[in-house]
Amino acid sequence: MDATALDVAHLLAGGMVLISFLLLYQDRMFALLNVFALHAIVLAASVAWQAHIQNAPHLYVPAAIALILKGIIIPVALHRVVIRLGIHRTIETVGGIGPTMLLGMGLVALSMVVMLRAAATADPLAREDLAFALSVLLLGLLMMVTRRNAVSQIVGFMSLENGLILAATGAKGMPLVVEISVAFSVLVAFIVIGVFLFRIRERFDSVDVQALDVYRGEQR
Amino acid sequence: MNVPLADLVIDPLSAVLIIPAGAAAVLALMPGYWVAARVNVLASLATWLAALSLLIDRPAIGGYLFVDDLNIVFVVLSTFVGFTTSAFSASYIGHELEIGRLTPAHLRFYHAMYQILMFAMNLGLLANNIGLMWVAIELATLTTVLMVGIYRTHAALEAAWKYFILGSVGIALALFGTILVYMAARPVIGEGHDAMVWTALIERAHSFSPELLNVAFVFLMLGYGTKVGLAPLHAWLPDAHSEGPTPISAVLSGLLLNVALYALLRFKMLLAANPSALAPGPLMVTMGLLSLIFAGFMLYRRRDIKRMFAYSSIEHMGLITFAFGIGGPLANFAGLLHMTMHSLTKSAIFFAVGHIAQAKGTQKIAEIRGLTVSHPVLGWGLVLGVVAIAGLPPLGIFMSEFLIVSSTFAREPLLAIPLVFGLLVAFGALMLRLSEVAFGEATGSSAPVEASYVPLFAHLALVLVAGIYLPGPLVAWFQGVARLLG
Repeated sequence: MDATALDVAHLLAGGMVLISFLLLYQDRMFALLNVFALHAIVLAASVAWQAHIQNAPHLYVPAAIALILKGIIIPVALHRVVIRLGIHRTIETVGGIGPTMLLGMGLVALSMVVMLRAAATADPLAREDLAFALSVLLLGLLMMVTRRNAVSQIVGFMSLENGLILAATGAKGMPLVVEISVAFSVLVAFIVIGVFLFRIRERFDSVDVQALDVYRGEQR
Repeated sequence: MNVPLADLVIDPLSAVLIIPAGAAAVLALMPGYWVAARVNVLASLATWLAALSLLIDRPAIGGYLFVDDLNIVFVVLSTFVGFTTSAFSASYIGHELEIGRLTPAHLRFYHAMYQILMFAMNLGLLANNIGLMWVAIELATLTTVLMVGIYRTHAALEAAWKYFILGSVGIALALFGTILVYMAARPVIGEGHDAMVWTALIERAHSFSPELLNVAFVFLMLGYGTKVGLAPLHAWLPDAHSEGPTPISAVLSGLLLNVALYALLRFKMLLAANPSALAPGPLMVTMGLLSLIFAGFMLYRRRDIKRMFAYSSIEHMGLITFAFGIGGPLANFAGLLHMTMHSLTKSAIFFAVGHIAQAKGTQKIAEIRGLTVSHPVLGWGLVLGVVAIAGLPPLGIFMSEFLIVSSTFAREPLLAIPLVFGLLVAFGALMLRLSEVAFGEATGSSAPVEASYVPLFAHLALVLVAGIYLPGPLVAWFQGVARLLG
């Protein structure tokens, strides 16, 4: 494998980590969805590049799924959901961008240390891909923790799943079934979420997840 | 798997999967509640019979599915509880329909989801491919999320949302762990499908990279541990149990937690087969003990009866994880036995609680009093169930808890102190609440409830028999499995 191939793979995977950071501090719904679409498009490019350098044409399928489903259909659908829920003008208080970013950097450093050491014997492409993938995964988790809006939590969850797909395609020769089913589960999850969003809105008049906390089973 | 249709019909391994999948499709289209509930029971019975026939005639190990001594125990248990729960569900949802909490359209959805859940759990248990196992557990998670939210009340939506978010994150972490296991296996086994086949993995696990396996196990432990309901990842469990329909609480506690634990055990075996990988025991012991003691204390503050038993499930899953973490033939045997007994007892308790909540029109402990007076059969059924789950002799759980404690004394005497402490704390809480709910002056409605007592007492009878006498072949079987677990 020549150096350029490796560099491009790093560029794309590293790009995903950077976009995950961008996601962390978006406080407007539309901006958040646009950045998420970008995240998915870079994922598609990264997977396609893996397909090219690994000589594994079957990987173009997950790349296409990422591009069409997560890069176009889901953001557009969420756009509509946001408008129908009437939250497109709300500015979400993300709370302490500085500390969140610092925490994010800490998580990236952690995943580098863990994965580069643990996968020392694997080939460099897979090893560094895994480190980036873990970073994306942890940043998605961080985003889910710091957000209160149900839509932003979903975006956090989907960016987390993007990290998983990055990891799965980086692992050479991973059976296609797995990738397809991940994509499929995302689709199902999305439908589930869509249904829930409207039910939550219907019941609580808000998609702020904090409104849910009042109804703890203990306090009835 | 290009098998002609004629072969599929007689092959019990496929039958265990095809019956629920087919039944789900039929039930999704079936309008009448009465017929649908019966079809649900029949399909579950047929699945159980197919699972039993796997005991006699074991199929060869395939690339996607396989049967061995370990998973057959889980399959038979889960299809059996699936069958009894479907019988309980038939009378339970009839009442829900009457009082208008569910509409016929909901029920079509409910029955189809029930069978899909059975399909997903059987697939997860029978999968010989760690990727397929993950997919099955994900499917089971999504179906239960939908079923927990079926009442569409505030609390049900909150519970379903929490379950969805926590469950998905857990399942995502488990997938990352699965990918890492594949990465560890690839240099040894080679690329592609073979490096995800469990039987191939366990054969060659000794030469995998231990560092990758260690990191993978941490992710798998956190991921599947969330689904097992281990503290501190348990937050979804009490909500999901208390807000969904009671048959689902029974299936969640009795079966789905076991399936997640089974996945964890498979990976524990992989790690144990690699001499330089980290020992998975201490991690499991710590999380198990933490769950046990935490849930024991939480039991005191519950006001909702279903939530209380959900915490009791956390306690028992902690105990089972602890037993498998201690390891060795005796502790593994005790863990398996305890898992079986807990599934039977806890689902029986939920059967009783479901009818009680319907009879009294509430789940609040404070509003349920004197059950043995107002509803003697249900009340005494609950008393028996709680006495069993609290671990009093001569019931089955006493025996398995006794074995866990004595094997802990033999291997790690110091750990036995917090273990016994946790058990006593939980015991006190359960007895306290039981005396409030079951005895004294009856409150609330004492109208008779149309209940199916057969599943409830069938489970309790099995637990009682197991406490007094375990048949020799069963003991030998469990001992064999315990040795397999290392």
